[in-house]
Amino acid sequence: MLAHEFFRNALLAGTLIALACGLVGYFVVLRAQVFAGDALSHVAFTGALGAAAAGIDPRIGLFAATIGVALVLGGIGRRAAADDVTIGIVFAWVLGLGVFFLAIFSTGSGGGNGLLGARELFGSIFGLSAADARIAALIAAGISVSVLAIARPLLFASIDPGVASTRNVPVRALGMAFLVLVGATAAEATQAVGALLLLGLLAAPAGAAQRLTANPYLALGLSAAMAVAAMWLGLAISYAIPSLPPSTAVIGIATLIYLLAFLLTTAPRRAPGPNASVREPAMGES
Amino acid sequence: MPVTSLLAQAGPSLDPVSDLNQLTAYPFMVNALEAGTIVAVMAGLIGWFMVLRKQTFAGHTLSLMAFPGATGALLIGLSAAAGYFVFSGLAALLIGASAGGGAHRDRGQESAITGSVQAFGLACGFLFLSLYRGVLANYESLLFGSFLGITRGQVLALAVVAAAALALMALIGRPLLFASLDEGVARARGVPTRALGLAFLVMLGLAVAETAQITGALLVFALLVAPPATAQQITSRVGAGLVLSVLLGVLTAWLGLALAYFYGYPVGFYVTSVAFTMYVLARIARAAADRPTRLRVRAGSAGAGA
Repeated sequence: MLAHEFFRNALLAGTLIALACGLVGYFVVLRAQVFAGDALSHVAFTGALGAAAAGIDPRIGLFAATIGVALVLGGIGRRAAADDVTIGIVFAWVLGLGVFFLAIFSTGSGGGNGLLGARELFGSIFGLSAADARIAALIAAGISVSVLAIARPLLFASIDPGVASTRNVPVRALGMAFLVLVGATAAEATQAVGALLLLGLLAAPAGAAQRLTANPYLALGLSAAMAVAAMWLGLAISYAIPSLPPSTAVIGIATLIYLLAFLLTTAPRRAPGPNASVREPAMGES
Repeated sequence: MPVTSLLAQAGPSLDPVSDLNQLTAYPFMVNALEAGTIVAVMAGLIGWFMVLRKQTFAGHTLSLMAFPGATGALLIGLSAAAGYFVFSGLAALLIGASAGGGAHRDRGQESAITGSVQAFGLACGFLFLSLYRGVLANYESLLFGSFLGITRGQVLALAVVAAAALALMALIGRPLLFASLDEGVARARGVPTRALGLAFLVMLGLAVAETAQITGALLVFALLVAPPATAQQITSRVGAGLVLSVLLGVLTAWLGLALAYFYGYPVGFYVTSVAFTMYVLARIARAAADRPTRLRVRAGSAGAGA
């Protein structure tokens, strides 16, 4: 398996992107911002198409669009966390813009194959060249290091923003910086491995990790480890079964991990169920 | 003044009557306008509850289930509609059942579940597509919609789905509103909040699936979110909000279609732009309207106000 160059490239880029997604994803789930992550991955599409329509390098468009929208989303919402509705509306409009750029791009390139050309902007993980894989790995490593660098204050600001701001933690700036990191992850992952992989790796391993443990640093590590494991297993399975697309295999494993965590944590919780429902009205009365 | 349009003689004059005549001159435009109106009315009503319940992400996820639905149906050889219903229904059940009906909803887990369901659904779609080995001809229109190829039969199908969805809304509307506004109190009064939430999501899924196959997932989503959110910025009253939401939705759909007809870029672009502009204007107006109240309150508390 490792004898093939395409597989080594996929493994290199995939591992580091999964690592970045697992780390970023932990905070995304903690702050309930999966929708923002999803929106940013679609924004990448508009950015790339806009750059293509204007004749600039799509990568510049990718990063400019995702980071720009991340700043807007952070700027609109209170405490740098936009609500669902704002995200939804901004996101629908940005997708609409993407359709507009697609129309310009496909008439500009003189053929009816606009979408085909546009789809080439989005990589498949098994189609990465050695240079692409190295760049993707470097950027993903940079994102991982940045997340770890702000992990402590970000954790504080996410769990209790009120107390954090009285302790002089820059809650708002941290929220913005974090969204920018999500944007950068989206831009990077979208062009290297596709938007689909990004969402699955952001949401599923992190959600599973937070179900399994309440210890934040353990959950952070577990989230990253499970994301990388899902990537490795998925790549291996997809190598063994050629008709299975790699993204489907990786997402399938990630979803399975979440499902297992869900079943593990909900089964024992059923037992003290009646107790909890007795306690509830008592809390309401006090 | 008009930009060169795809339709040679088309171009808006400033005379609304002749514009309207031009718009309805072709049967395909009449179909598109009717379909747009039906979708806007349905989306305006259901979306109002969706925005109130803060389930925008779930709505987006359900509208994307059109993709695995279409490809899965193609693979097995079923009708596309069956595929949509199966996938949207399943996704709605998964999101609704696992979201948990506890007193405090865990927003993080809820968003993680919704995201996982969406990623897995799309992954299934790609798997079906690669197993099918064929080219899915209308991949693009699945997501972005092709409003201009709508047939009479599709308009009728839309009307039936919309009527069914609205009838169900009329049935569960009151308790659903109660459950959405104050879940704790509603549950204490014996309202089955969990079952209602599940029923609402399933209905949202089915309605969105049927609509998405005709108009595209993006367009449904835009009409589902923006007009209700704009209405809720303008008024917090229930009846007025619902009416306003429907009116704004219909206006958005008509303006979008008319602009697309006269200037020849995709409908999705115009509809989302109109919806976005409305929302931004409403927010600005809201901010401006809120400022004097704040001043008045301050003046009142200082004892200087009347």
